[in-house]
Amino acid sequence: MKVKNVVIAGLGGQGVLKASDILADAAFRAGFDVKKSELHGMSQRGGSVSSDVRYGEGILSPMVPPGEADVLVVLEETQVEINRPTLRAGGVLIAPDVLAPEALKNKKSLNVALLGAASTVLDIADEHWIAAMHANLAEKLHTLNEQAFEIGRQAARAT
Amino acid sequence: MTVERLLLSGDDAVALATLHAGVRLGTGYPGTPSTEILETFDQLGGRAQWSPNEKVALEVGLGSAFAGARTIVTMKHVGLNVAADPLFTAAYTDVEGGLLVISADDPGMASSQNEQDNRHYARAAALPMLEPVDSQQAYDFTWLGLELSERWKIPVILRLTTRICHAKTVVRPRPALQTLPEPHFERDVPARVMIPAYAKPAHLRLRQKLAEIAAWNEAEGPFQIHEGDGQLGIIATGIGAMHAREAAPGASHLSFGLTYPLPIARIRAFTDRVERLVVIEEGDPVLVDSLRAAGLPAEGKPEMYRFGELNVERVRRILANDTSPEPVPPKGKPPELCQGCSHRGVFETLRDLNCIVSGDIGCYTLGVLPPFSAMDTCVCMGASIGVGLGMRHVLPEDQARRVVSVIGDSTFVHSGLTGLAEMVYNPPPTGHLVLILDNGTTAMTGQQEHPGTGRLLDHSATNLLNFEETARAMGIQNVHVMDTTSLKDDALRELITDLLAKNETSLIVTRQPCVLAAPKIRLYEKANAEQQATTCAADLVD
Repeated sequence: MKVKNVVIAGLGGQGVLKASDILADAAFRAGFDVKKSELHGMSQRGGSVSSDVRYGEGILSPMVPPGEADVLVVLEETQVEINRPTLRAGGVLIAPDVLAPEALKNKKSLNVALLGAASTVLDIADEHWIAAMHANLAEKLHTLNEQAFEIGRQAARAT
Repeated sequence: MTVERLLLSGDDAVALATLHAGVRLGTGYPGTPSTEILETFDQLGGRAQWSPNEKVALEVGLGSAFAGARTIVTMKHVGLNVAADPLFTAAYTDVEGGLLVISADDPGMASSQNEQDNRHYARAAALPMLEPVDSQQAYDFTWLGLELSERWKIPVILRLTTRICHAKTVVRPRPALQTLPEPHFERDVPARVMIPAYAKPAHLRLRQKLAEIAAWNEAEGPFQIHEGDGQLGIIATGIGAMHAREAAPGASHLSFGLTYPLPIARIRAFTDRVERLVVIEEGDPVLVDSLRAAGLPAEGKPEMYRFGELNVERVRRILANDTSPEPVPPKGKPPELCQGCSHRGVFETLRDLNCIVSGDIGCYTLGVLPPFSAMDTCVCMGASIGVGLGMRHVLPEDQARRVVSVIGDSTFVHSGLTGLAEMVYNPPPTGHLVLILDNGTTAMTGQQEHPGTGRLLDHSATNLLNFEETARAMGIQNVHVMDTTSLKDDALRELITDLLAKNETSLIVTRQPCVLAAPKIRLYEKANAEQQATTCAADLVD
């Protein structure tokens, strides 16, 4: 397959990097070549954060070139416009408004819920998503996040 | 046998190779993007320790290598400036165990005060330099660097950049070494005592070593060639090699891992097969200048691409010689001091008192931004004290009296102690005031321990360096400690006002744990107290 480009964006503390870790791990478990890249440091202090995940065959640069993202996942409405230039024409935007306002019991699982929404346009089997969530989240959070993932997925399918 | 396949950041790949290659000691000072190397090495079971600063880390590492142990020393790019003094003379010495000096550069300044290009250090110090293009090479070159170091008894620099350190890519590790020689001291005075009589022949030996390593690089050094149509040839190093292959899939590509000393004959042979030769390198024109000096017709990049990181799009523009203005990326939300951060009240006070604030490196540098706007200088680790003193010496009294130096706890241990010595030795006529903002951790880089926390890299207990006692012993006239957790509204303001009016040397330690680190610090302290109770009980039984 050709390279699939995904950008996940939001604000520091929202779990952008955790979400990209889960996605990269899921793609890795599915047997793809994977590269994932982001900037750490000052972004940890509540500023804008974005993370690039690329998977497929023979990935070269770890960064998604501007205008080449197939999927853009944004965890915070205010960050949608500043990240939109990364999306290719016809690419899929997934933003918090995909979910009904009170859909999530715990707002902290928004990152995983939006991954669930993104999973409807990413060709990675369920078993890999679940294994990746388990590997990247503390055990006490597994059920909550599996539910959030499913809520996001159902919401995306309904739209 | 199936080879294990892992998805690792460059930092974690280096840490894993460090473990597999039998490194006995890793030292360093935290600095984005290098910090995770030692943390991961520790988590994997290696022996890793933070030093007060990079100079000390390299000296400890050098001693370890003299004693025959494989050793790594980690730091960010500006850390190598601090470690440059031992580095340049360590180059003259013979190391016994492999010594790998790891410099993590930050082109684009994601979290740094400059974007210096540490490839210059290889040439300046005359040390071999390896530059990986992904995590697999970060893993492989950690092994290779240690092997080259032992073969030629020379420190080797592994230069990483942000996009190598923090990008995760696939790694296939090799089997770990099972046996390694035990550390052992053999006296070799001419190789390790750099007085002129020994340093003169040592410099000759160093140049001979480099000549041999260059020959090895030509014959056996790591390189990759992707043959194209013979029109365009691209020579690239580091992450630039990956961007270039994606930007120009039809071109011929040469990249090589040992970027100093260069494999010039290999490069020349590649050059002969292409019509146009372009060098893709992030940062300064280091490689292109070297190739031109060797008489090769290499094109570099337009000056505008010296600044910031490269990416696929920028490489396309370089190849097209496109110097039109680049699209300005939309501005994101800037970082800020956390809600509940202990530094907030301090900067509000300094702002309200209209202080001239000589600042330093850490989270608290964010005090420069609104709503505080309470920082006037920030240069390098520890500079707050010297720069503040310099201003005090020459400013008219009304301004001099408003100058305050502000430094974090980890930064104070790193490079602030000598600043205090300067303040005692050369006090300005109006005196001076230093604030140590002690939040109990190296917060900026992700909450690492330091000598002032009383805990080691793995958070277990050790001796504590007490700032206020140290300052008193050094001869600072007024030393105050203020717990800002329970701070009365005007207490800090009144104390600062009082001290600024005196013509004396003063130090205030404001103490309150980092709001992000506090829960973890409580856990570490609890675990260490339990550990101590268990040990005491065991002693009684004995």
